[in-house]
Amino acid sequence: MTMLNNHISRRAFIRKTTHGGAGLTLALTLPSVAGASESGPGKTVGNAAADEFSPNAFVRVSPDNTVTIISKHIEMGQGTYTGLATLLTEELDADWSQVKVEGSEADPKRYNNLLWGPFQGTGGSTAMANSFMQMREAGAKARAMLVAAAASLWKVPAGEITVESGVLHHKSSSSKISFGDIAELAAAQVVPEKVTLKTPEAFKLIGQPVVRKDTGKTSGKAIFTQDIQFPGMLTALIAHPPKAGGRVQSVDASAAKSVPGVVEVLTIDAGVAVLANDFWSAKKGRDALKISWDNSQAFSKSSSDILKSYKSQLEQPGTSVVNNGDFDAEYAQSDVRFDAIYEFPFLAHAAMEPMNCVIQRRPDGVEMWYGAQLQTGDQMQVAGLFGIQPEQVKINMLFAGGSFGRRANAHSDYVLEAAQIAKAYTKAVPIKLVWSREDDTRGWYYRPMYVHQLSASLDDEGYPKAWRHRIVGQSIISGTAFAGMMQNGIDPTSVEGASNLPYHVANLKVDLHTVKDGVPVLWWRSVGSTHNAYSTETFIDELAKAAGKDPVAYREHLLKEHPRHLGVMKLAAEKAGWGTPLPKGRFRGIAVHESFNSYVAQVAEIEEAGNNQYRIRKITCAVDCGLAINPDIIKAQMEGGIGYGLSPALMSEITLQDGEVQQSNFHNYRVLRINQMPDIDVHIVKSAEPPTGVGEPGTPVVAPAVANALFAATGKMPRKLPFDGLIV
Amino acid sequence: MGIELTINGEKHSLDVPEDMPLLWAIRDHLHLTGTKFGCGMAQCGACTVHLDGNAIRSCVTPVGTVKGQNITTIEGLQSQVAKAVQTSWDEGAVVQCGYCQSGQIMSAVALLENNANPSDKDIDDFMAGNICRCSTYVRIRAAIKDAAAKIA
Ligand code: FES
Ligand code: FES
Repeated sequence: MTMLNNHISRRAFIRKTTHGGAGLTLALTLPSVAGASESGPGKTVGNAAADEFSPNAFVRVSPDNTVTIISKHIEMGQGTYTGLATLLTEELDADWSQVKVEGSEADPKRYNNLLWGPFQGTGGSTAMANSFMQMREAGAKARAMLVAAAASLWKVPAGEITVESGVLHHKSSSSKISFGDIAELAAAQVVPEKVTLKTPEAFKLIGQPVVRKDTGKTSGKAIFTQDIQFPGMLTALIAHPPKAGGRVQSVDASAAKSVPGVVEVLTIDAGVAVLANDFWSAKKGRDALKISWDNSQAFSKSSSDILKSYKSQLEQPGTSVVNNGDFDAEYAQSDVRFDAIYEFPFLAHAAMEPMNCVIQRRPDGVEMWYGAQLQTGDQMQVAGLFGIQPEQVKINMLFAGGSFGRRANAHSDYVLEAAQIAKAYTKAVPIKLVWSREDDTRGWYYRPMYVHQLSASLDDEGYPKAWRHRIVGQSIISGTAFAGMMQNGIDPTSVEGASNLPYHVANLKVDLHTVKDGVPVLWWRSVGSTHNAYSTETFIDELAKAAGKDPVAYREHLLKEHPRHLGVMKLAAEKAGWGTPLPKGRFRGIAVHESFNSYVAQVAEIEEAGNNQYRIRKITCAVDCGLAINPDIIKAQMEGGIGYGLSPALMSEITLQDGEVQQSNFHNYRVLRINQMPDIDVHIVKSAEPPTGVGEPGTPVVAPAVANALFAATGKMPRKLPFDGLIV
Repeated sequence: MGIELTINGEKHSLDVPEDMPLLWAIRDHLHLTGTKFGCGMAQCGACTVHLDGNAIRSCVTPVGTVKGQNITTIEGLQSQVAKAVQTSWDEGAVVQCGYCQSGQIMSAVALLENNANPSDKDIDDFMAGNICRCSTYVRIRAAIKDAAAKIA
């Protein structure tokens, strides 16, 4: 999602939604606050009470001295609530302990992702980057108004007032007052047009490992979608067609309806929904359904067929993405040529909280509670279904139990499923759609399957003179509201990490075969880099070996114009003791990659574990993400990103048999567990560059780093993921 | 005739079928939502509770099999070990999305109640049933050691 800048087509959403045409301009007006939930969990609306100071959409100060900061971005574990609050609190000079964070309501006008156009959503590691100035300015303006209020109260010049930890002081008159006590007076001040922001030397919070604001998660008190309970609420499970594009032909619901607790069975677009008083009854009801599926329009291929057809396409040139110099001529005349084919399977995101969504029809629209990641898109999709305006879809953004890209779906799949149920059911009661783990594993929107081919020839010194990268796979954005990002038929998310190869190669060619298959696909933590970092970073190691050069020295020679790549690579190498001897049976591998404008290098250290297997001992990681807003969260995201990236390296894959997903739960869609987690040592490059994201960039580097260590150990490079069996 | 359950020291009588997993009785009928649903087949540990002090997966434990026994959920943690674990979790900034963490904490408390000074291998073996998709594993290890030091 690197290039999402201003490319999301709101019109595409409108086109896709049958009744939403008039929503384009109306969606830009403020949503009505009527119909806000009166009580209960998930009350996330950022509306001020009468005696509060609410200078802008991002902060409120209450008379009880609480500073409430509004996050337009979802908290799904990546630390956004903390990061955004840090930025605003820094300029406000509030005390960190008086700050709490709420999720914003959905509004593409006030809560627009500034890198995406008039569209609210979280993804592409953009939360800090797009909010860096916005949240600081919001804090600075609020501070200026608090100061103006104190100045008028004390009748002193505003310039003589200082602010510290949520208290305003006037030294010479020994006056002081808390934010809470001056809140009401501050609300009467004029919002300043311009404010001066702090210079980095003055930062007190930015750069510090302040404690997180997404609290309640160690006591069981934090509320996720799964935890929402309303009086009279029904739980819904859906029997989904086993093949993508399948539909219900007929259903016998008599046995399901006789299950105690089952209230209703509804055939909807997405399948057959069972509504019951609790999860267990709904599940038993679903198990009792007898459904025949119409698979006439369904996608029915197997992974093996797909692989074969992808491989056959490697023989033909694809759409040209990069063509510098003359690869063909150079490669044809060279004696030293290298060629490698790589295979990447479909991957499920498998967030810890299976997808779910609570919905209630209201007289004036619908209200939803869930881990909303693409608010504006979801609003439009749901509005289209109901024939209402997007702002009549009120969204309460809750904590998400992970996402990794899954909840940022332009198709709004599970959100629309909940909406379909609410629309089809005669009673306007709250309904909680719950996916079981099986639904989640089989629920499509996978990281696409890809096949790559890399070909290169080397110059006399052993450096690549010609390099061609051919990629075959489905497009993630084609046909979605993100299709505006396509350039000349090329989906940038298919080629990111390959088209911007940092290594200096005079004759560089990248081409792409975009396959139109019916498997629903989606971005998966670090998107194109999940596969492009792997093939490029392992191929370069193979070339280094062929040239008889050390992998770090080899890269260094080719990265002369990329100081930030070099910076992280050298730091990781130094901290990992690259070049120093290792005990017998231990090996190292390195990889470096930029994604989402953040630079990450990792050194993997593995050791023999018997039976030709290896154990990963340690990953040493260096990251350059510009100014480090919260070093501890950056470290946590690197640790988490590494663990997440190890699963597809070691064991995860989704495979299809005649169109049906063969995996269902964690016993056969295996993911990393604690006993396979290596030690991790993270180092952050000191930088004054603008902050960039950290949610994704830790992920793509680890698989090639481990593969390169295996290559050092065995002389054989794994070219198919997962490399099951090599690592214990 | 309801099913008698003792949860966090309180007796409840629930009108639910005997085969209902304890998880859903706790969540949907007692409205204690700290215990999470992750897989429903004893694969992920998100639903971990204590049955007479031992960690069990409530998603595969029919309520009919635990009648009258003492069940503790994350909401009912009180022991000194439990407090140490929760404090170490907070101090070590373990949590990311948090969805797995009730289960992680319940497992960690059960581990330390039975083994006050676990080795790395003890920790890995005992905690391997608890998946964390945010991969907070290195911090979980560190927090368990920190809690062990606190109670020593
Ligand atoms: S929900 Fe019980 S182990 Fe996963
Ligand atoms: S903290 Fe997200 S799954 Fe563990």
